[in-house]
Amino acid sequence: MSARANILSRIRTRQGKAVTVRAAEREGVAQYLAEHPQGPRPQTGDDALARFRERALGLATTIDELRSPEELPAAVARYLRGLGLAPVAVCWPEFAALDWQGQGVSMDSRAARGDDLIGITGAFCAIAETGTLMMCSGPDTPPAASLLPETHIAVLRRERIVVGMEDAWALLRGEHGVLPRAVNFISGPSRTADIEQTVTLGAHGPYRVHILLV
Amino acid sequence: MHFKARAGAKLADVRLQTALKKLQGNFVKGRADRIAELDNFPDIRDAAAAIRDRALENLDVWLDTFERNATARGTVVHWAETHEDVNRIVREIAARHGVRKVIKSKSMVTEECGLNDALESAGLEVVETDLGEYILQLAKEPPSHIVAPVVHKTRDEVSDLFAEKHNAPRLTDIPALCREAREKLRPHFLTAEMGVSGANFLIAETGSTLIVTNEGNGRMVTTLPKVHVAITGIEKVVPTLEDVSTLLRLLPRHGTGQSITNYISVTTGPKREGDSDGPEHFHVILVDAGRTQLIGGEMQQMLRCIRCGACMNHCPVYQSVGGHAYGWVYPGPMGSILTPTYIGLENARDLPNAATLCGQCEVACPVKIPLPELLRKLRERQFEQGLKPWHEVAALRLWGWLAQRPALYGLATRIKVRALKAMANPQGMIRSLPFGGGWTDRRDFPAPEGKTFRELYGKSKA
Ligand code: SF4
Repeated sequence: MSARANILSRIRTRQGKAVTVRAAEREGVAQYLAEHPQGPRPQTGDDALARFRERALGLATTIDELRSPEELPAAVARYLRGLGLAPVAVCWPEFAALDWQGQGVSMDSRAARGDDLIGITGAFCAIAETGTLMMCSGPDTPPAASLLPETHIAVLRRERIVVGMEDAWALLRGEHGVLPRAVNFISGPSRTADIEQTVTLGAHGPYRVHILLV
Repeated sequence: MHFKARAGAKLADVRLQTALKKLQGNFVKGRADRIAELDNFPDIRDAAAAIRDRALENLDVWLDTFERNATARGTVVHWAETHEDVNRIVREIAARHGVRKVIKSKSMVTEECGLNDALESAGLEVVETDLGEYILQLAKEPPSHIVAPVVHKTRDEVSDLFAEKHNAPRLTDIPALCREAREKLRPHFLTAEMGVSGANFLIAETGSTLIVTNEGNGRMVTTLPKVHVAITGIEKVVPTLEDVSTLLRLLPRHGTGQSITNYISVTTGPKREGDSDGPEHFHVILVDAGRTQLIGGEMQQMLRCIRCGACMNHCPVYQSVGGHAYGWVYPGPMGSILTPTYIGLENARDLPNAATLCGQCEVACPVKIPLPELLRKLRERQFEQGLKPWHEVAALRLWGWLAQRPALYGLATRIKVRALKAMANPQGMIRSLPFGGGWTDRRDFPAPEGKTFRELYGKSKA
């Protein structure tokens, strides 16, 4: 017998069930999947944007609120200048056509490499309850851009802020049907507290996460 | 060496005691603060326990559903009955893809298996990438906590270790030490052919694996190498994305006192058409290795465990002796139940007794596992299997025999208290007690007044 058969039949025997699965068991599972009920949700206030802002800032994310997407290159240039970071970055294809040159930013639209220092991405949506960005992988939305660089700048549209993780899944189900290869929830810069329980930002991922709200 | 002997040494270790104090402050207080954010915490906790129970009650069907959905997305699902099976499967996958270097994110199941040794003896280079696990790999030590593996080490020890192993100047500032590790590990992320991770949850609905991390190494391990192998226990399956959303409100809060961890990564199958990153091959290994022994009956509740570590953070015994005293992968109350089940009650003789049954762990557990009750059950089993020390068994037998004979019992206790009184010094304390060294070696025993409770009670009624 295979390991699989042994494990499954051990489970059933120990639970006092017959070896073959009854139709009712399968139906019960299928019905639960079809309903996928939500659990109890905590209160998060009425203003999702305000909640998102408060939570994200609490995670050491920084936020800049813009009036229109045209302001993006200037906002990026300003942010990098403020930190004394060199204006050399990679971005997702959707931002490639903006006027980066006019703001003195040298921009490459390609997959991030291990030595890129600044990565600019969009976001699938964001979760107000926890101040979290949700990223879906795909040919035009590669995850490495939010992971390898020391600074991650994410462009987030205000109307893509949902209340809880359940709402984010609902949005994904509605727009994509199946899950992409990778869904990454990002809540601030990478961190570790492994040495003496002291929180230190910038473990293996970005040291900084900066959100441009448009 | 057994728990009792190891515990004695740990209590005397001043550096360990300082390190453990920090854990209490951060994790215990952090959990309380983060729970207070949830206006309906008791409801969420009830729902979380119910979600885990639902998965366990039909575990075989949920696993089958997971497998079907994972396979449909191109994941290869393996089943392992033993730890040796896990090691063999990983070695085979590595050989098939010509792997030379393996990067790992934190996984307690692979600690169970001794996977690193198994891979190294097959000629592979294995690099732990979680900062804590990396430190332990350099120091050649096992983890002492399931969430904060290196909690037993101070910054000074890490400084010494890095300076020696990296052959570099000794840094003392914690951010500088973290950067040093980052720079050492980055090249490994970019060159390894295989990434090995655990999985905090398996999502049956979508056939996905989910990991929670803070450092970002978990994302690298599951994104950069051409082969990704996720290894986890069969009990980790959860039906839906909604269910996992509920559990994720509790896991980080109870684990590290965070409302949410920095990263939650849900991976479904290998790289898709047109993707510029992601592994070409994605394998999931579902591990039994003792878990099915807990299925059926009241012990099944233990499999609700989501490995948050709250029970050990709140345990007065763990707080005093740390994780290494428990002798195997899982410490604290959950470990005292899992270890005897996974490696045999006879190999973990005193673990079910390494608890005061104060109940703090049950209160702290996000999925309401009645840990003290299960520990008591294990003690009973130990007694039935004759695994208790002979003198304890003999003493209990003698007491049981006497207690059933009231007249004799009265006489025996009358003699005993008078004898004890006679042994006392003028302050009414006994310095040393025959067969009672465990007590009197370190403190005096107050002598009884000379009459038994039954005598006094009888007189007051008369
Ligand atoms: S037993 Fe409960 S408290 Fe302990 S690690 Fe498991 S889930 Fe957490």
